[in-house]
Order: sequence, then C-alpha cells, then structure tokens
Amino acid sequence: MMNKKIKQNIEGYIYIIPALLVIIFIYFFPIIQNIRYSFLNLAQKGAPFVGLRNYRITFTDDLFFTSIKNNFTFFLLIPILVFVSLIFSVLIYEKIKGWKIYRSIVFLPYVLSITVVGIFFSFFFQGRGVLNTIFRNIGLDFLALNWLGSTKLALPTVMIVILWKEFGYGVVLFLARLMTIPEGLYDAADIDGANWSQKLWYVTIPQLATVIEFYVFLLLITMLSWVFNYIYVMTWGGPGHSTYVSEFYIYMMAFKQNSIGVSAVVAIILLVITGLLAMFSYRIRRRLYGEYE
Amino acid sequence: MSKESSILSSIKKFFVILIRQTLMIFMVIVVIYPIYFMIVTSFKTKMDYVSNKLGLPEKFVLSNYITSFQGKSIVLWLTNSAIVTLGAVIISTFIAAMAAYSFSRMNFAGKEKVFNFIITLMVIPPVIMVIPLFIIMVKVRLVNTYFGAILVYSGLLIPFSIYLLRNFFVTIPQSIVDSALIDGCSKFKAFIKIILPLSKAALMTLIIVNTLWVWNELLIALIFLQKTELRTLMVGLTVFRGRFKIDQPVIMAGLFISSIPMILLYLFGQKAFIKGMVEGSLKGE
Repeated sequence: MMNKKIKQNIEGYIYIIPALLVIIFIYFFPIIQNIRYSFLNLAQKGAPFVGLRNYRITFTDDLFFTSIKNNFTFFLLIPILVFVSLIFSVLIYEKIKGWKIYRSIVFLPYVLSITVVGIFFSFFFQGRGVLNTIFRNIGLDFLALNWLGSTKLALPTVMIVILWKEFGYGVVLFLARLMTIPEGLYDAADIDGANWSQKLWYVTIPQLATVIEFYVFLLLITMLSWVFNYIYVMTWGGPGHSTYVSEFYIYMMAFKQNSIGVSAVVAIILLVITGLLAMFSYRIRRRLYGEYE
Repeated sequence: MSKESSILSSIKKFFVILIRQTLMIFMVIVVIYPIYFMIVTSFKTKMDYVSNKLGLPEKFVLSNYITSFQGKSIVLWLTNSAIVTLGAVIISTFIAAMAAYSFSRMNFAGKEKVFNFIITLMVIPPVIMVIPLFIIMVKVRLVNTYFGAILVYSGLLIPFSIYLLRNFFVTIPQSIVDSALIDGCSKFKAFIKIILPLSKAALMTLIIVNTLWVWNELLIALIFLQKTELRTLMVGLTVFRGRFKIDQPVIMAGLFISSIPMILLYLFGQKAFIKGMVEGSLKGE
C-alpha cells in the first residue's frame, strides 16, 4: 500500500521534473541572484558586499522616480482601454453588419510586433512625418507638433501607440466572454421592457465583471513591466529622460552604466509590486465571486 | 398616430445604425491606415515619397524590396528568428505537455500546490530575470548561442503552456486512457499515442500563440543574441532602421517583410489564435 503511493508520487514527478528544472533555472535562480546582487558591488573585483548602498543609490536617483512615475502614468490608459474594448466588443457581439470583418481587423495590431509598430510610428509622428503632413494639408498647422521630440508630448504619444497596439486584445477577450452569456438573460430583460443601455448596464457589464477585472489586472502588469519595447524602439528614454520606464532603467543600469546592483534593486521592487497586484487581484476575486467557486 | 410612431422609430433605428457603423468604420480606418501606409510607401521611390507622402505611388517599384534583401541581412535575421522560435516552441510544448499530463492524469503529493505555483509564474515579467540570467549564461558560455536563447524563451513559455494544456487534457475522458492502459499500454505510450493526438486543437492554439510571442520578442533577443550573425529579425529591424534612416520606403518594405509571416499565421489560424489569447481569462472562473 505504502509502496504503491510512493511509486505514484515518483511517477507523477518524473513527468514534471523537466518543467521544474527549467522553471527553477529561469525563475527561481535569477530571483535569488537579484537579492544577492542588490547587496553587492559587481563592478568591483571580487564583488564586495556593500550593504544597502545600491538601495540608497536607487532611492536617491531622480531617474528611478521618473521611470516609476512614467509607468504609473501609463495606468491612465487602463480605463480608456477598458472603455474602448467594451464599446467595440459589444457592437461586434450584437452582430453589427460586417461584424466578421470587423472582428478580424480589430485584432490585427496585436499580431504585429511592437518593434514593427514602434518603428512605424516613430516615422509617423516625426516632425515632417505622416501625421503632421496630414495636419498641414487640411490646414491644422497648429497641430503639427514635434510629437516624439518634446519632453511634454513624447510620453502621451507613446501612450497613443500603446493604445493602438493593445486595444484589440481587450475586444477579443470581452467578446469571448460575451459569447457565453446565456440568451435567456436578454430574453428576460426584453420581457421586462429593458432598453439597449439598460441591458448593457444591468446584464452585459455584470456578466463581464470577471473578465474586466482580469483585463485590468493584466493591463496593470503590462503597463508596469511590459513596455520596454515601445521605449527602446521609439524614444530610447528621451528626450531628456522624459520617457524612461522601470524596465528601460534596469536595462540601462545593467548594460550601459555597469550598475548591476541597482538594476537588481529595481527588479526586486518590480517583483514586489507585481506580487502585490497578483495578491490583491486574487483577494478581490475571492471576495466578489467566492460564493460561486 | 401609430404610423407616425413607426416612422419615428425607423428614423431612430437608422440613426442608431449610422452611429454604430460610423464608430466601426472609424476604428477600421485607425487600425488599417498605418498598415496601408506601410505597404503603399514600400512601393514608392525615395524621390516619390519625399514629394508625395500621402498619395499612391507615382510608379509602383520593387526596388525597396530588392534593397532590403541586399547584403542578405534580412535573410539571416529571418533564419535566426525561425530557428529560435521553432526551437523554443517545440521544446516548451513538449516539456509542458508532459507536465500537463501528470497534472491532469496522475496523483501525487503536492500536486495542486505545485500547479498553482507554476501558474502564478505567468505574471512575472521577464525583465526581472534577464540580468542574472545573462550573467550566468556568460559564465556557462551560453550567451550568443541559439540554445541559450531557446532555453530562456522555453522557460518563459512553460507556465502558460502547462496551464493551457492541463485545462484541455482534463476534458479528455479517462475511459479512453484506461482502455489503452488495459491493453498493456504504458503511461508514457498512452500520453504519446492517445492524449497528444486527441489534443491537436489545443496544441495548435498553443503553438500559434507561442510562435507569435517568440517571433515578436525583443528584450531577450537583444540581450542573449548580441552577435551580428545571431541577431533575430526584431533586433535586426532596429539596426535596419538606423541603416536606412533617410530612405523610409526601404524601412517600410523591411517592416512589411517582417510582419508577413505573423499576418499569414493570424489569417490562417485565426480561430485557434484568438482562442489561445483568451484562454487565460475564461478558464477557472
């Protein structure tokens, strides 16, 4: 009896061992190394222990705060993305004429790589780029601004590109959930004489609540730690450091400034924030939907 | 009276449709215009582009595509991207499928805990791991090797892959597996001969989604494949952009060439594709 159980355990683990080994190497080991590095000076021979020096450097570096602030500024995109995705998913769901084509098109930006999109838009938004040519042609010269070249406008411009690239995912996500809403709910609302906006507010949105919450969580993490590509390709953190984000800060610290300790500190901070977000979202989910689980 | 109200209501209906279609068409223009512009510009000469940014080409030329392929850089980058993507997708899918088989069909101590733990890793952004990984890869001489990059990509793909495949595997009736086991099939054979063939749809979805991700990824490619001859397409494009800064039609051609494989993948695998993209959210609710 006991033997059989041990055999079962061994068998079960044999199949997951390759995955576990890779995971330990790719996730665990680096996370632990980050903690170690954050107390060392790797630029010096022998990598001496330097206590909290890397933490002190990070927390007195204005550029670090600019980076984090910019990540938080990206959070402003979240309500916009949710709203836009909601509108288009509902319209497609209600089988607006041509919905099949619309559905295919809406996801297209998500298929292109950020690198392609970023390079394209950095030309698009150039001083003499496409957008400004259009503005000048239609007499809106005052709108022909230096989109990516000004410290004020560069970040919002990057945000517009992120919006363009990412909104399709939300639409498809919501759409998939909408397809599973039982028809009966709408029939009942019809009998009660509900109009379109009432149905949207009282039937559709509550049904979408879990997906919206998931999407918001995903976007929080995206805006915090998946925007490197945009910055690397479009602005390189500039002009004048105005578009630095935490990932770019980590990259620059490690590879251009040779301050691996500082990059490790920021990596830990990002990990903590991500962990808190994950926990928070799990808690909310539990509280809101616990009774259905 | 009733006639009047029916006219009113059909006018109202007309306006509702008008507003909705306007919204949709606006969306289509916003999405399509950049792609349209990229393609159209790639067929213009440099001179044509400078004097005529927005219009159609004066004369359709293929010279930008010829220039793009000159020096073979793009071919090399395409090959590198293909090798890395293929390697990472095959390895991660196989390793994840084995783990998912165990999580869905076997009983062992700590199963739930290990599984939940693995799927929480999905939210950890790669940027947190890349620097220490780079340092260790330098030490074990895996930086600037295909294998090094493939290993990193595989690791990052495995948690999601396990999650998606396990959720599919549990829907396969145990009786099918049992009958094979009774016929003297080993568990591993049942996995290869029964579970995998029955999971073609899920595997397809997973492969498409993961292919897209690796193909389009930049940060890891940038760090782990720094050598000129190992650059992937995405890294290559950033070099390409610098090289042809003053010849934008060539850049547009390059951008379009690099997007073709994924656009085709999307068009042909649309259903599987979208399914995989939303899988993460809908299961386990």
